[in-house]
Amino acid sequence: MKRDPVLIIALALAGLALFLPLGGASWTAAPMAFALWLAMFAASAFQTLRPLPTTRAFVLLAFAALAGGYSLLQLIEAGANGGEALALWTGLASLFFLIWRVVERAAMLGIERPGIATLIAAPLIFGIWLLYVWQVLVLGFKVPGVLLPAPSVICAALIGARETLAADFVQTFIKAVIPGFFIGGGAGFVTGLLVDHMPFLQRGLLPLGNLVSALPIVAVAPIMVMWFGFDWQSKAAVVVIMTFFPMLVNTIAGLEALGRIERDLMATYAASYGQTLSMAKLPAALPFVFNALKVNSTLALIGAIVAEFFGTPIVGMGFRISTEVGRMNISMVWATIAVAAVAGSASYGLIALAERRFTFWHPSFRKP
Amino acid sequence: MTTTSAIFAFPADLIRRAARGTALPVATILLLALTLWYAGTVFLNAAVVTDQYQRDRKTSWTTEEFIADTMSMERPVLPAPHQVAAELEKSIFGVRLTSKRNLLYHAWVTFSAAFLGFGFGNLLGIALAIAIVHLKSLERALLPWVIASQTVPTLAIAPMIIVVLGSIGFVGLLPKALISTYLCFFPVTIGMVKGLSSPEPIQLDLLRTYSASEVQTLRYLRLPASLSFLFPSMKVAVALAIVGAIVGELPTGAQAGLGARLLAGSYYGQTVQIWSALVAASVLSGASVGLIDLGERWLDRRLGGQR
Repeated sequence: MKRDPVLIIALALAGLALFLPLGGASWTAAPMAFALWLAMFAASAFQTLRPLPTTRAFVLLAFAALAGGYSLLQLIEAGANGGEALALWTGLASLFFLIWRVVERAAMLGIERPGIATLIAAPLIFGIWLLYVWQVLVLGFKVPGVLLPAPSVICAALIGARETLAADFVQTFIKAVIPGFFIGGGAGFVTGLLVDHMPFLQRGLLPLGNLVSALPIVAVAPIMVMWFGFDWQSKAAVVVIMTFFPMLVNTIAGLEALGRIERDLMATYAASYGQTLSMAKLPAALPFVFNALKVNSTLALIGAIVAEFFGTPIVGMGFRISTEVGRMNISMVWATIAVAAVAGSASYGLIALAERRFTFWHPSFRKP
Repeated sequence: MTTTSAIFAFPADLIRRAARGTALPVATILLLALTLWYAGTVFLNAAVVTDQYQRDRKTSWTTEEFIADTMSMERPVLPAPHQVAAELEKSIFGVRLTSKRNLLYHAWVTFSAAFLGFGFGNLLGIALAIAIVHLKSLERALLPWVIASQTVPTLAIAPMIIVVLGSIGFVGLLPKALISTYLCFFPVTIGMVKGLSSPEPIQLDLLRTYSASEVQTLRYLRLPASLSFLFPSMKVAVALAIVGAIVGELPTGAQAGLGARLLAGSYYGQTVQIWSALVAASVLSGASVGLIDLGERWLDRRLGGQR
């Protein structure tokens, strides 16, 4: 019977780690780490020799990965660090192969029995692994916090300064991004609808719109700050300009997307323009509109934050980033980035959910 | 091209054909935009000019004089197109090509960083896409994070990244190129994942009957099939690469580049300089997209594609 090569590599590296130097620490001085590492080794060895079916294999390997991961953190605490702690880095490599299998089992679980928990398991574990590697590398190599803080430090900053961060979030996201996003998207959509009436304008606007959406629109930020002042209005204006063109181009392309046959069908029904629009053209355009909304959801946040670099009141995410960089308080910067990333992902996710809801008929959502 | 083949045709016919093509509509929209720009110049600068008149105790003026004054201000709220054109002309042809006051020099600095980042981004994007297409578990585990990676406001933290990289010895072109890389690997990855998995099952089956290896399948089927997805992604990516390079130049560390011009213009209220840098950036990104388009057509002809 063929053994799993990935797990064999993981086991070999894990065994090797027990005999390599540990820098400032030793396995005997950290009995807890030693015990956990052995538990990890035993669990992986069991799966290698007597493979379990998917679900149980996933549970066993996930347990092994947790034990191994905690063991390495204990080693670092016991004083293992730097380039001479070869066991630490070999152990990390061993965990990499173990995690590879865990993620694969999780992905297979998602295929075998789809559900929200099993579908997000694989990406979630992968994300936690990335954070873990970051933590171990920063702590293990003693990277100064000014260069790159450890995730644990960022998390502490996130909790410690939650009121400041909440105020920044309101200023940037609620006051600038959301109105700008809706005004820009709405204006783009309405312009697209109007232009659809006039084929001449449409043929002129589509190539130009494509060109404009390729332009570095962020660069108008200083001009907007000059025109609309330092407060959120100028940031909203930047967001409006950034979100307008992707929406315009996509709306025009989407309204065009309706097939000849469908158009002819509506004509044989003697449908009015309004009826054709609401019953055939708009539904056909929806996938394009959602595409624009997705693109815009990340563009809007970037636009607002960059605009704050060119002048702002003393609150806002862009302001926080630029001042805390100046004060070398990098963990606070990363905390702000984390807030922005979560806000961006959440808006993207919300739009993706709405897309599934409203364009469920689209081929890309069909079950294979 | 409708318009070029119609040059020798009867003028009325030419106009009709131009109206059906894209040249005339585009020209019309451009003309409209230019008109709006001029109107905006008068409208936005009016307050400052009136203010100036009051300070000069000037009580009567003609409309023409007023309009002319709104278009010839030193630091207008919105400069007129011809002012921007004059500034462009002055800063491109008025000084030596190697001088730091030449806009082309700054455009070159930005372009070289963007180009380097674009190259890295394409390599990274294509490598990731190949890995994702060949390892099923990676598609589920990695792809969501590729998307999440773009919700980090990279542009917003670009200045910090530049400063941090600078403190560990990375200066000059590379930090800017890295930001461009981070921005432009994303569309390439997404487009290539779609493109590499675009061959029909029947085509994959054919290669299996030839007992082609994975590498051969990639070389003879997947890669050629992905080209029509790669080029549109590259067009998006090159525009992003230029944006990334410009934002990377915003921190005070950068003395050259279009971003540095923007920042300097913004500090000293030199609106004409900001607008001319903006125009230069737009031309740069338009030209890069055009270059990729040319490359696409060339490759398409080489591969015997029919259009």
